[in-house]
Amino acid sequence: MIYFDNAATTMIKPPAVAQAVATAINTFGGVGRGAHDAALSADLQVYRARAAVAALFNCPQPKNVAFSLNITESLNIVIDGLLANGDHAVTTAASHNSVLRPLFRKRDREGVDVTVVPIDGDGLLDMDEYARSFKPNTKLAVVTHASNLTGDIYDVAAMAAIAHEHGALFVIDAAQTAGNTPIDMQAMGIDIVTFTGHKSLYGPQGTGGLCLAPGIELPPYKEGGSGTHSYEERQPEFMPEHLEAGTQNGHGIAGLAAGLAYIEEHGVENLGAANAALADRFEKGVRDLPGVRILGRKGSCGNTGIVALNVGDMDSGAISDQLNQGWEICTRPGAHCAPLMHESLGTVSQGAVRFSFSHFNTEEEVDTAIEAMREIVADVM
Amino acid sequence: MREKTPKVVVTFETTTDAIVFESESKADPEALPGRIIPVPSEISAGCGLSWCADEQYRETLLESIESKGLAFEGVYGVCMY
Repeated sequence: MIYFDNAATTMIKPPAVAQAVATAINTFGGVGRGAHDAALSADLQVYRARAAVAALFNCPQPKNVAFSLNITESLNIVIDGLLANGDHAVTTAASHNSVLRPLFRKRDREGVDVTVVPIDGDGLLDMDEYARSFKPNTKLAVVTHASNLTGDIYDVAAMAAIAHEHGALFVIDAAQTAGNTPIDMQAMGIDIVTFTGHKSLYGPQGTGGLCLAPGIELPPYKEGGSGTHSYEERQPEFMPEHLEAGTQNGHGIAGLAAGLAYIEEHGVENLGAANAALADRFEKGVRDLPGVRILGRKGSCGNTGIVALNVGDMDSGAISDQLNQGWEICTRPGAHCAPLMHESLGTVSQGAVRFSFSHFNTEEEVDTAIEAMREIVADVM
Repeated sequence: MREKTPKVVVTFETTTDAIVFESESKADPEALPGRIIPVPSEISAGCGLSWCADEQYRETLLESIESKGLAFEGVYGVCMY
């Protein structure tokens, strides 16, 4: 099997990740539940993961890192917690449904005003139009750091500066960039980074979280067990317990810690460059094939290592299925939970075939995919 | 019959602060002698974590707290088993 669906989830992980989960599941007590050795083993590993996430994003304090099930949960915590009736929020058409649906729920249920800044047919954002979208009551700009469809990275530092000029908070969806692209909360002016663990952080599914800049406060999305302060009627006010009701996924977070250690050892820039180089090799091999249209990849901020394409008017699902059946190549067709991005690129009905690369892939695998695409194109064009 | 002995108990505002103590102690046990225990009920009801060491280590602990910039809530003298 050749796995090119790393933008959905990385399948090939550093071996230490599975080892860490196996050790944890046989040795951990409940995270934050007691002072015995088994609980402290879990506590220590979760703290190490917290500290590693803080270091990765230059978040000032590990305590400002709260874990969650995934980035969808993180974005729901942020969007639900920060917006209320009378507020205005800004996002872009590059957003994933994990941003769009919580925003539209706030719009429909509470009357929150939402502006979606358009993306053009090349996948680019007009920064002037983004700046014009802010209003006096704009509370929040929540944007994707990189499109999960094209892999194109957006200039979030510039977007943060514009948001702050208008007195709005700035939040990024780092699903595609965490572990792949450098993120410095303090240098870039990001108020909240939301992340998932199972993509380029190489952790297990069921791990994710958010990082808060100092002074940013969110109400708890859930309330319940906290392990301490049990006689208080409500969730503790202090982080991270404030946002971590219930026993955390200690086993998964132990695996995430191993993934983070791997990233620290190899360097975000190096891993991202390796992913991008494989994508570039693939694009070079297929872009001139008859009928092939490459989506995006025209931005100036780089790409996370994705090539999304179509062939003529062929259904993207049919191409992806041929790749799977004929060459055991795993790709993702369809809409990628990015409906407005597909509208922008004119690919709503056709979808697109997304090849998303990992540095664990090889050039030989890429060349096999190029050859497969040549054969598929030769059959239909 | 066991006798109670004087201990120094450090309490924390957050569980994470307690785990930072544990992490620092694992890295440098001499500078941070002691271990995590449940908060004694005579200090606070509930189920939080605290740091406990023999009273003789009080000064060592306080110096480490200062030099390492560790967050804590209070320091108590308690006679415990």
